[in-house]
Amino acid sequence: MDKPFAITLDVGSSLANKTGAWRDERPVYVERMPPCNEGCPAGENIQQWLYHAEGGDYEAAWRQIMLDNPLPAVMGRVCYHPCTAVCNRAQLDEAVGINSVERFLGDEAIEHRWKPEVTAERSGRRVLVVGAGPSGLSAAYHLTRLGHEVEIHDAGPLAGGMMRFGIPAYRLPRDVLDAEIQRILDLGVSLHCSSNVTDILQTMTEGDFDAAFLAVGAHIARRAYIPAGEAAHILDAVSMLRGVASGEKPLLGRRVVVYGGGNTAMDAARTAKRLGASDAIVVYRRNRERMPAHDFEVQEALEEGVVMKWLSTIRQAGDGAVVLERMELDDTGFPQPTGELEELDADSVVLALGQEADLSLLDGVPGLEIEDGVVKVAPNMMTGHPGIFAGGDMVPAERTVTVGVGHGKKAARNIDAWLRGRELASAARHEPADFELLNTWYYSDAPKTVAPRLDAIRRQSSFAEVQLGLDEQNALFEARRCLSCGSCFECDNCYGLCPDNAVVKLSAGDRYEIDYDYCKGCGICATECPCGAIAMEPEPS
Amino acid sequence: MSSRPIKFYQVGSHAAGNRLLDPELLSVAADPNRSNSITKGHRACQGCGEALGARYALDAAMRATDGQLIAANATGCLEVFSTPYPESSWQMPWLHSLFGNAPAVASGIAAALKAKGRSDVRVVGQGGDGGTVDIGLACLSGMFERNDDVLYICYDNEAYMNTGVQRSGSTPPAARTMTTQAVGSEPGNPFGQGKNLPLIAMAHEIPYVATATVADLRDLEAKVERAMGMRGARYLHILVTCPLGWSSAAGETIKVARLATETGLFPVFEAIDGEVSAVSKIRHLRPVEEYLELQGRYRHLFQPERRVDVLAHIQAIADRNIARYGLL
Repeated sequence: MDKPFAITLDVGSSLANKTGAWRDERPVYVERMPPCNEGCPAGENIQQWLYHAEGGDYEAAWRQIMLDNPLPAVMGRVCYHPCTAVCNRAQLDEAVGINSVERFLGDEAIEHRWKPEVTAERSGRRVLVVGAGPSGLSAAYHLTRLGHEVEIHDAGPLAGGMMRFGIPAYRLPRDVLDAEIQRILDLGVSLHCSSNVTDILQTMTEGDFDAAFLAVGAHIARRAYIPAGEAAHILDAVSMLRGVASGEKPLLGRRVVVYGGGNTAMDAARTAKRLGASDAIVVYRRNRERMPAHDFEVQEALEEGVVMKWLSTIRQAGDGAVVLERMELDDTGFPQPTGELEELDADSVVLALGQEADLSLLDGVPGLEIEDGVVKVAPNMMTGHPGIFAGGDMVPAERTVTVGVGHGKKAARNIDAWLRGRELASAARHEPADFELLNTWYYSDAPKTVAPRLDAIRRQSSFAEVQLGLDEQNALFEARRCLSCGSCFECDNCYGLCPDNAVVKLSAGDRYEIDYDYCKGCGICATECPCGAIAMEPEPS
Repeated sequence: MSSRPIKFYQVGSHAAGNRLLDPELLSVAADPNRSNSITKGHRACQGCGEALGARYALDAAMRATDGQLIAANATGCLEVFSTPYPESSWQMPWLHSLFGNAPAVASGIAAALKAKGRSDVRVVGQGGDGGTVDIGLACLSGMFERNDDVLYICYDNEAYMNTGVQRSGSTPPAARTMTTQAVGSEPGNPFGQGKNLPLIAMAHEIPYVATATVADLRDLEAKVERAMGMRGARYLHILVTCPLGWSSAAGETIKVARLATETGLFPVFEAIDGEVSAVSKIRHLRPVEEYLELQGRYRHLFQPERRVDVLAHIQAIADRNIARYGLL
């Protein structure tokens, strides 16, 4: 009896009592698909790069973007950011300005001359890319990174495609575009400008190419029949924007009517203002709600003094004037003529009615199918002809830079698989991280940092960039507004709030572990996880 | 209120921690080296708010006193689930005597330490609402009036839960307990009864009185740290959800406690020398129904029919708190 006075039993710890046996449900750490990633046509892992940016590691953030998209500075300017439209934070206060942060990271990379790395072994395979637009450049970049030798041929005098000859400089300054293209070329991509591929099979044979990726874009303006007098001055938006981008000054006169309601129509009207037109009038047959142009472009155009004529079509174009007919939307939302006419002074008419692809280089390619003016491709981006892949505006899809970049990446991965005789394994998709799964109590209240914009008056007369960027502090703040939907960001709630001390905090970056010997399965960690990264699952029997 | 403002970090100071925070700004609970004053293997129910509240409070006190801390515990859930002899969950000097005498035992320890000249070792007394508000009130009042150097913490789960959910002086109106059944024209605990111990403590004009909940970890820790920085009698009243007695979901312990403050039913404040000195403002004001609906002890207010009259009465109590303490 060497125990203290009045003590007859050994003192034990409650650690002997494994309370895990009480459990009928167990918490499990999960990854869920955040809506931004789901919504990105370029397949960026937005949440992951925001995660790096939140910590102030901008280079790591940029490198994360570069895994999917070689043009962050361009994308940060011209992307219509579908990610923001689906951002869960919009249901809390305002969506995260993902696009502005991307632009900041892209600009940082250009300033600090960060370079992507090519680590793959040379495959010895040669791939022809036709078209140096977003899709072709993206494919070239990814193919190079996968070890293949890439040659780009483009009919234009400079690389960039619609990014250079379609998008006005006030939305995408050319030095930014040049820097990002050069960075791709520096990886060893060879670029042949003013090289018009007229017969794809012949070019492939001559150049000894193992595969080809076609991304020639859609550069031909769609025309509409408008009865016009001899003196009427009618031109198309694509040629006009291309002319301006090449340094020409098209003769538009003082009153310019732009016909169409898409983004190109907005670009044409805003460009006309900058070229000195006193009036730029957009004529569109439906109303604003049904306009295909993105809302912020319409808004910026209005701010710059562009006038919108909704529910109108051009019946006739004459010398110095056009005749408009008022339209009405029927029950199905389709515009119907009313017979009411009005005259509108116009020195020129710019048609912005959509574009078509020039597919003559594909004539006679066996197996290849063209439907509605675009090339049919399989889910792996391959056309009906083995080894020829296609993407961007020449295949059926929404025509944006972002979609093009996404096609380029997807095609590159599939071309790589095809060249190596492998199947491309599709990654498992996580369950969506819906807003209802978040516990938003924990997030700080913080409205969006709005990127400053150039004053309307200065904008109208110059091609200076309209959207200015965020500075470092703003960008960091904006990145930290990310809710990290469905992905643990180590807030310590599960560790801190467990009544049974059954969550183990691992070292930074390694997150946490549940100690199932003691976890009673109460579910507090799952309820209080801000980002929905813990699920309760029935206990395996 | 008393917590330090933290630069914008995604979850700011609402979550327990954050990977981006300077380790010095982590809550005690988020510290990988926290003392775990009460360790795992304890027999508290799933989702027990009291087990959580006790660990928050004592870990914070341990950090504030550099581990030089002794606790005296009243009989109650906390004592029963943590120390079925010979097992103990306590990883600190801890002493249990009787149901009603924890404040007196704590006073005695403080007196002994004073006699020994050990001013570095500090004393905490603790118990549930039964041991504090009802059975131990005389001892507690004595501890207050002598201004003994003790921080007394009440973990208020609003009834005698350990013995089978009997009403206490802290049970809120209309709540169902085993001794206030949901029957008759005025079901549940009667209105106009019970006592408000934070106000009783303030009436003693002791140096420090504060309320807190398990839903606001940083606020709770800041108050413990503040209390341990003072000498004399101090009182901390922590609302702790009881999934068993309140018939709430085990996983909603924090949510329920949060709603208690966001509805105004449980005002969170600090008082120095008997005067309210700071209040935690309501961040998103909610109607009392949202709090009551989550708890089976109030089910009779919604089924078989909605008791609009009783709900209005409870809302009036919340509104009075909001006005009285300036919670908005």
